[in-house]
Amino acid sequence: MNLSDYFAMGGYAAFIWPSYGVAVLLLAALFLLSARRLQAAERLLEADTADRDLPDGDT
Amino acid sequence: MRRGYGQRRDFAADASWHSDTIGAAIHRFANPGRFLRLARQLLPWLAGATAISFAVGLYFALIASPPDYQQGETVRIMYVHVSAAWIAMFAYAWVGLASAAALIWRHPLADVAAEAASPVGAAFTLLALISGSLWGRPMWGTYWAWDARLTSFLLLFFLYIGHLALLNAFDDRQRGRRSAAVLAAVGLIDLPIVKFAVDWWNTLHQPASVLKMDGPSIDPSMLRPLLIMALACQCYFFLVTFLRMQALLLEARQRARLYRRNTASPRGTATATRGSGA
Repeated sequence: MNLSDYFAMGGYAAFIWPSYGVAVLLLAALFLLSARRLQAAERLLEADTADRDLPDGDT
Repeated sequence: MRRGYGQRRDFAADASWHSDTIGAAIHRFANPGRFLRLARQLLPWLAGATAISFAVGLYFALIASPPDYQQGETVRIMYVHVSAAWIAMFAYAWVGLASAAALIWRHPLADVAAEAASPVGAAFTLLALISGSLWGRPMWGTYWAWDARLTSFLLLFFLYIGHLALLNAFDDRQRGRRSAAVLAAVGLIDLPIVKFAVDWWNTLHQPASVLKMDGPSIDPSMLRPLLIMALACQCYFFLVTFLRMQALLLEARQRARLYRRNTASPRGTATATRGSGA
């Protein structure tokens, strides 16, 4: 079986590849957004604790 | 105990909470600080499990599995569609039950669990809807039908959207969380409707072929990619949900710091000025 036959997916390429494409896009985007939000929260809290020393020692 | 939760009720101080042992156990494991430590240790393992299971799952789904005798190659869409739909429903059960727990026990981690998982569930729901219609076009001849399974699943998507909208609809976060929790908990009723729609009504959508009483009716060569892809989606759900829960907890901690600072120092100076003026 050659490569173009494989990508043609028995004539259903136009339905199969977009399904996988949408899956990759959606899941990757949500993962990256979530990871960046966590990073931002960590950085903000770190900067804030370095700046100020609250009396109760809360981090 | 007050760490990061300056604005919430303090459960450690609540004697009735500790008097019941189940409550005490939940409290011990669902303590936000403990959760943060646990999640930090768990994340690399979850990330690894997600990456490996997606790699293996995609290999079986796209390469090492045969075309179906009726559906041809389009059966490969099922490996995305069915696993996404399963996790969409699992995620909704998570959001709905956490919301119910938040309403009943007012535990801060339950609210966070519901809020963090909601976008993940919404993404899987959207994915199941899109991949389903991409399969429906060549196999049924239509992208969409107002069939009981499809309609109840579309409702699931609207429940997620409504939940996320309510969370952000109020200036008072607590009010937003409470109304979102009520919607999410009531929406749980949609899960059995989605699951049994194919049995209760004459649907275009086919009935269950994996989760049924007399065992799966799929060939092992197709069940294998499906189950591995479902496992991958399940790992992804926990990975991203825990990431988001950590972010929400740290953001709450930061808000509590700001709140304490803003309520503590200006009042101090105000009294001092008033004092000197008199």
